[in-house]
Order: sequence, then C-alpha cells, then structure tokens
Amino acid sequence: MSKLKGWKELAPGAIIEEAGNAVEFKTGDWRTQRPIFYPDKCKHCLFCWLYCPDSSILVEDGKVIGIDYDHCKGCGICVKVCPPKFSALEMVMEEI
Amino acid sequence: MKKVFEIRWHGRGGLGAKTAALLLGEALIQKGKYVQAFPEYGPERRGAPVKSYNRISDTPINVHSGITNPDIVVVLDPSFMSSPDIYQGLDREKGKIIVNSELTPEELREKFKIDGYNMYTVNASGISREILKRNLPNTPMLGAVMRVTGLMDLEDFIEAVGKRLSVKFKPEIVEGNLKAIRRAYEEVKGL
Amino acid sequence: MTTEIRKKVLALTGNEAYAYAMKQINPDVVAAYPITPATEIVQIFSKYVADGEVDTEFVPVESEHSAMSACVGASAAGARVMTATASQGLALMHEVLYVASALRLPIVLAEVNRALSAPINIHCDHSDTMGSRDAGWIQIYSENADEAYQSLFIALKIAERANIPAMVTMDGFIVSHGMEPVEILPDEKVRQFLGERKPLYTILDVEHPITIGPLDLTDYFFEHKRGQIEAIKEAKKVIPEVHREYNEFFGKNMPDFFEPYRMEDAEIAVISLGSASGTVREAVDVLREKGEKVGALRMRIFRPFPYEKLREYTGNLKVLSVMDRADSLATIGGPVFNEVRSWLYDLERRPFVMNFVYGLGGRDFFVEDALYIFEKLIKAAKGERPSELIEYVGVRE
Repeated sequence: MSKLKGWKELAPGAIIEEAGNAVEFKTGDWRTQRPIFYPDKCKHCLFCWLYCPDSSILVEDGKVIGIDYDHCKGCGICVKVCPPKFSALEMVMEEI
Repeated sequence: MKKVFEIRWHGRGGLGAKTAALLLGEALIQKGKYVQAFPEYGPERRGAPVKSYNRISDTPINVHSGITNPDIVVVLDPSFMSSPDIYQGLDREKGKIIVNSELTPEELREKFKIDGYNMYTVNASGISREILKRNLPNTPMLGAVMRVTGLMDLEDFIEAVGKRLSVKFKPEIVEGNLKAIRRAYEEVKGL
Repeated sequence: MTTEIRKKVLALTGNEAYAYAMKQINPDVVAAYPITPATEIVQIFSKYVADGEVDTEFVPVESEHSAMSACVGASAAGARVMTATASQGLALMHEVLYVASALRLPIVLAEVNRALSAPINIHCDHSDTMGSRDAGWIQIYSENADEAYQSLFIALKIAERANIPAMVTMDGFIVSHGMEPVEILPDEKVRQFLGERKPLYTILDVEHPITIGPLDLTDYFFEHKRGQIEAIKEAKKVIPEVHREYNEFFGKNMPDFFEPYRMEDAEIAVISLGSASGTVREAVDVLREKGEKVGALRMRIFRPFPYEKLREYTGNLKVLSVMDRADSLATIGGPVFNEVRSWLYDLERRPFVMNFVYGLGGRDFFVEDALYIFEKLIKAAKGERPSELIEYVGVRE
C-alpha cells in the first residue's frame, strides 16, 4: 500500500486532480473464482468485452488477448455470455 | 435642542402612510439630509391601522430603534382621533399633530376633547377626491407637513416628489399629485 | 492612488441596497428562492435580469436547498455566484453550506437576519446566521443599509481571494425595510475593484478533468478538513488586506473585524453586532457626558472569530458585556458571549464578562435598554457583581 499523504500535500477543496485514477485501485483481490481464457477457441465476437463490468477483457486490434487480473473481480459474466459452441472462457476456483 | 427630528404617520393599510414616509425621506436625502423612513413592520392588511416613521438629521443617524417620542404626528384618517395611540409619547406643549380633516383644529379639539398639543388640519381626502378622483390623502398630507415643519422649500420638495412619482406613474397622475401637494400646502389650518 | 469620486446618494431600503450592489457586481449566476424579509432582494434582482441590466443567469429554484446546490455547481464551474436568503431559508440551505465551504467555493450570500421558528416570526434576531456559524463561511454583520451595500463588494473580494464562501447580514425589517441614504459607488470602479474571479479549479476544463466531492473515509477526511481549517486561517489575513485595498480604492473608512467607539480609555464596554450597535453608541455618549469611562465595540466580522483583535481592545477593561441577539438554548447564554468569554480566559488581565440577550423575534432595543445594561456594568465595575451572568433584556417577566 502506498504511503498516505499529509494534509499539506492535498489539493484544496478535496478535489481529485488526476483523471481516471480509479485504475490505481486494484480490485483483483476481491476474486474467489477466476476466468481462464483459451485463445485457440475464441472467435473474437467480443461479447465478453462488451459485458465485462470492470473493463477487464484485454483487447488489441479487435482481438481478445487476455484478462486483466489486477481488476477482474471474478463475476463470471464473461463466461456466461461466451457462446457455448466456442466456450473460450471458463471459471475455475482461485487457488488457495 | 434635539438633534434628530422624528415624525410618526398614522394611516390605514392602503392610505399610503408608508409611501408618504418614503417619499419624504427620499426628498430629504436628495437635499443631503440623513433620514430614516420605515414602516411599522408586519403583515400589511388593507384597512388595518398602520404606522410609519421618519427620523431626520443633519448628521448621520446611529439609532435604529422604533420612534417613541415623535416631534410630530401625522394622521391620515380622522377616525383615529379618539384613539390614544395618536398622542402616545407626544409632548403636550411642543408636540404637533396634523390631521386629514374637513374640520378646523378648534372644531376637532371640541369634538374629541383634546387638551394641549399644536393642532393643524387640512382636508387632504377632499383635495385628493377633487383632483385625483380617489381618496389618497398621503401626498396632500406631505404638502401640509412641508408647511407646518418647513423641512424643505416647497418647490424643491415638489420637484423631488415629481421625479420619484414619474418612475412609476403617468404624467397626468404625477401632475395631479403635485397639484394636491400645493393645494394642501396652501390650505393648512391652525398656523 | 487618489481618485476623484463624485458622490451619488440614493434613498434605499436595505434590501434595495443589496439588490443594487448585486446589479453592480453582475454575477454570472444567481440561484435563489424568496423568503421574508429577503424577498425583495430576489424580486428586484430578477427585474434587473428581465430588463437586461445584468448578464446574470438567474435560476429560480424550488427551495433554498436547491438554491445553494445550484450555486455550488455553478461556482465549481468557475462562475461568480451569489444568492440571498433569510431565516428558515438559511436553515434549509444548511447542509449545502458545508459543501460550499469544503469545496472552497467563494459563493456570496446576501442574508437578512430573522428569527427561526417556532413560534413563527418574521422579525429580526440573529438565530439564523448563528446557527450557521460553524459551516465554514465568513460572516459579516452590517449595521445599516449603506454598510451592507459596501460589505457585499468586500465580501466578494475576500471570498474569491481566500476561496471561502461569505455571507453578509443585515437586521430584518429594521434595516432591510428601512430607507436610508446609501452612497452608490460608480459601476466602473466596482468592476475594477472586483476584477475577474480566478477559480482554484473548474469542472469545465476538459483538458484537465477533475473529480469534486468524492467519497472520503477514515483515511483522508481528517486531512481534508485540516486543510480547510488552514484556509480559513489564511482568510483571516485576507480580510484586513481586502479592507485596506477597498478603503484606499474608494476613499472609505470601513472597519474590518471591529468598529471601536470611545474605547481608548474605556474601563467598561459593550460588544454588539448589527443595527443595535448605533443605539449602544448613543448610550455611550450619554454616559461619557456624565464622566463614565464607557465604550462600545461593534463586532463586524464574527466568522472567522477575531480573537486576536478582541484581546487588543479588551485587555484594559474592568467589565465587558456581550449583547447577543440569539440564545444558545443550552443554559449558557448567547453564542458571541461564550466565544468572547472563552478567548479572554488565558489573558493575565481580563475583564469580568457578562451576557445580555436582547431583541429576540424583533423585540425593539432602545437607548434606555443600552443605558440599563451600562448601569449594570458600572455597578459590576464597582464590585457589585450580579448573581446571574446572563440576563434577558426587554422581556416581560
């Protein structure tokens, strides 16, 4: 965990000056199950990318390349929306 | 001598006691005097007895409390004459009362058994009905106040009131009011 | 800098004076809801808007809570923002007052002091603004219409320099509905004096997007509050600075925190706020004629609390009385009394301090009442201390 700032270091009016800094907050440790991505089965329909509530499906040039485990909370929606005939995603228990 | 000159106006909601105090105040402020003009505060109801006040001085006025010992009382409705409120805090010897009435001061004294005070009357309602076709005694009463107190030169006063009324009213109404002020100034009884 | 200013004096009620000042300020946004005795401010100002005399975006909201909320949004966007209210209206704004000050938004509020219900009452006391005393706003109490008029300009400049919101108050009806001479400052000079608002931040800057009003838990809330407290300390330096600039620019002599009257050699003094202060000064003159060493100290700025200045004036006093036009309803008298008394405590030489609560719900306060208070103080100075520290003046037993 980063060091908390003292009051003199804070912006006036309690504003947050950096845009999009929510990404610094890693929500990956909320996960009890994780999605596994099988690239060879994926047809890149991007349903998972569209439905993921945490923007954790990593896409490059219109193709799924993996999962952002720093932020994925393990909700399983991606697995649910992946067409059954592809089954490119699968939920497994987080290893203890 | 008292530094601050104080006036209390007695009227009824709708007769213009507040407006009279404001008009007088504004005219005197334009002459460089220090003045306060304020109504007795509360919900304003047509017909209900209302009071308004003026404080007038050559130097800045500090006090913001109500007026309890006025130098002069102006009565916009003669039906108040039997009310003890009119005389409250008024000096029997030096105090002046100007009444909107058809009667002479002597007749008023007799009718209402008034002892002491310096009484003046003017038929402000009559003048108003004749000139403005309405009972608006406040502006003619201002003419009477000018005559009795000599607070301001009549012409200066008429100019100031005319200017103020022109903001809100048509020229014929302004003219009528100014004429009424002049008439009342001339017709004050008891001087 | 010397400037020739030709004097223009208008006969205005307190409310008209407030509205006139607002016209000259020409704020970007005014969001307001009318309430007695402040109704006329908004009424007159909306006429200026309708007549095109100001460029203001006027937002006629559905409540005072919404009024202050709209002010917060507009001010965060970088606009110069004003509103007006009284009594219950200020009470309804209460929670948003804290938001405005914590977000460091220099909103200026023209306030008219009126008692809080119940019983329902429309007349003057200071219970409304005293209820907002810990909301982080600057509070300037005016004695008359002319001062209230000038105070709006001063408050705006202080607020925008310190980035702290400010409210100017005047006594309901006594000042708000009383007509007095008001010396109108030239439009151009007012514009020059106020300049442009330079906001700390703006939510409309798309190049530098920010988040305002985020959730702040145990980890940062305290640090943010600590920062706000420091900003108010800084405002305490800005206040006399802006008064100096104002007085120099307009050739005026507006006191900042306190207006002392015959205090130089005074042994007995009365502290008061608002329109009763002139009445106290009259009583001082009467007693000075009789050789009594009495003085009056009008507190013009109550927030931030000027304890440093207070100590300068009260060090040599034997007896001091604080007049409160509000009661804390906590068996300890009025709020001003409690703060004054507390901040004299650690002085080696300190006066005996009494409290007189007066004028609740518009009860008139006369020179005789002030003389009565001084009489008690003179007795106390001679060692005849009263059995009660707190007295209610002008109430029927």
